[in-house]
Amino acid sequence: MEAITNFLVSFPTEFPVLWILVRIVVIVLPLMLAVAYFTYAERKIIGYMQVRLGPNRVGPKGWLQPIADAVKLMFKEIIIPSGANKFLFVLAPMLALGPALAAWAVLPFDDGMVLTDINAGLLYILALTSVAVYGVIIAGWVSNSKYAFLGAIRSAAQIVSYEIAMGFALVGVLVAAGSLNLSDIVRAQEGGLLHWFWLPLLPLFVIYFISGVAETNRAPFDVAEGESEIVAGFHVEYSGMTFAVFFLAEYANMILISALTALMFLGGWLSPFQGSFMESWFTWVPGIIWFFLKILIFGFLFLWFRATFPRYRYDQIMRLGWKVFIPITIVWILVVAVAVVYKFPIWFD
Amino acid sequence: MTFEKFLFYFFAAMVIFAGLMLITRRNPVYSALFLVLAFFNAAGLWMLMEAEFLAITLVLVYVGAVMVLFLFVVMMLDINVAEMKPGCFITYLPVGILIALTMVVEMVMVVGPNHFGLDIYASPVPHAPGYSNTGELGSMLYTIYMYPFEIAAVILLVAIVAAIGLTLRRRPDTKSQNPSKQVLVKRDDRLRVVKMPSESKMELK
Repeated sequence: MEAITNFLVSFPTEFPVLWILVRIVVIVLPLMLAVAYFTYAERKIIGYMQVRLGPNRVGPKGWLQPIADAVKLMFKEIIIPSGANKFLFVLAPMLALGPALAAWAVLPFDDGMVLTDINAGLLYILALTSVAVYGVIIAGWVSNSKYAFLGAIRSAAQIVSYEIAMGFALVGVLVAAGSLNLSDIVRAQEGGLLHWFWLPLLPLFVIYFISGVAETNRAPFDVAEGESEIVAGFHVEYSGMTFAVFFLAEYANMILISALTALMFLGGWLSPFQGSFMESWFTWVPGIIWFFLKILIFGFLFLWFRATFPRYRYDQIMRLGWKVFIPITIVWILVVAVAVVYKFPIWFD
Repeated sequence: MTFEKFLFYFFAAMVIFAGLMLITRRNPVYSALFLVLAFFNAAGLWMLMEAEFLAITLVLVYVGAVMVLFLFVVMMLDINVAEMKPGCFITYLPVGILIALTMVVEMVMVVGPNHFGLDIYASPVPHAPGYSNTGELGSMLYTIYMYPFEIAAVILLVAIVAAIGLTLRRRPDTKSQNPSKQVLVKRDDRLRVVKMPSESKMELK
């Protein structure tokens, strides 16, 4: 018994690389499970919104549906179009999923509960989310299909446009928090619901989340997939596991954007009742639970948007990104800078 | 060989490999993708030099934005790869060698041991874990290099204005919509509700 505890205590220092691997697995496995059940939640929630039942046949209340889907996709044949570069064709889905998983390395789940606490965390996140577009572009080009290619072109233009607004929104957060480290950004929001950045940075908060929806190619910005126009867009030629990886990437990206919005605008692991008379009632709730609840809010919004809004027309997407979002973010960065310089109460004093 | 040294040689070899592939591929899309690979590995090299801001910005700006636009254009070119015979490679080879040699000589003159030898620039000592290159860079840029930085920004702004000025043309014949007018539309402008009596009785014959 003592040998086991000794081993467990010395494990992180004895085998640092193995210890990092263990922590990566501890993050990625629940994330994959969350992705699987996010698809189930989507089908159920949109089902109820449209007065249907959603999946309810596999397992009790359909709970095993995601497992069944995964098994089905794993055993389906992967068809590679003739004339396509096999290497790039298989690489594209991995390029889509990789950044969505790698970004979790710098996300703090609780005070100090983070895989790598790097100083340039925000920049790292921004760089990784911008790299994710390569999966879509390469898939669209290498498929040798007009529909796929149209989807890739649309997606490239859309992501490049919304990334600017997203980056500017993050600049606002950076100015307000005075740090690029995600843990420090959360700590700068201490003090309860009204001290979180969603209030002083309200326009940036809204723009960041909407840009996040656009960046993940979700409805109402899903022109890259556009089932009714270009069949399924960039992944029309993909089948089996390669398609499943694209699917995973989309949902992992949604969870990632939800988590980032929660960290930067809703105070991450902080309790909403901090500083109020209810603070002592909720001290037993671990920070990670607050964080997960906040992620759930945005995850639900993603689904709600999809059930509610019709797809944007392409020129309207471009207009919204360039002519509405970017000017607003630039103006609000100035406002935040002035507020920080003059130590505007209650957020920046 | 330490692990850092191994990483350095790995990234350096990958940059050179990607650069060679970039100029030898016939299909420009592959060339662009190899350029992306080269950028990634160059970012790795910068990361080894503790310049994390530059490394991440290289990925963010060049990989995430510039190369996406490049691919955007290159993918839409309708290039017949078979037509691009290696013949033109030979024709342009002398000029290419001449330019390459000039550049090598220039670079040796500038970054040779006369200017960057170990006796002039001591080999850098690794910083303490708390060191933030991003913060250092910011405090340098906004104090000592304030004017060059601002002037560079203004030049870029002028470039943007000039680019827009060159390509902007009024096209009165396009049927673009005016969103502010669209928003102001009321129901009465578009919809007419016609009242009519419902059928009283259907007669079967």
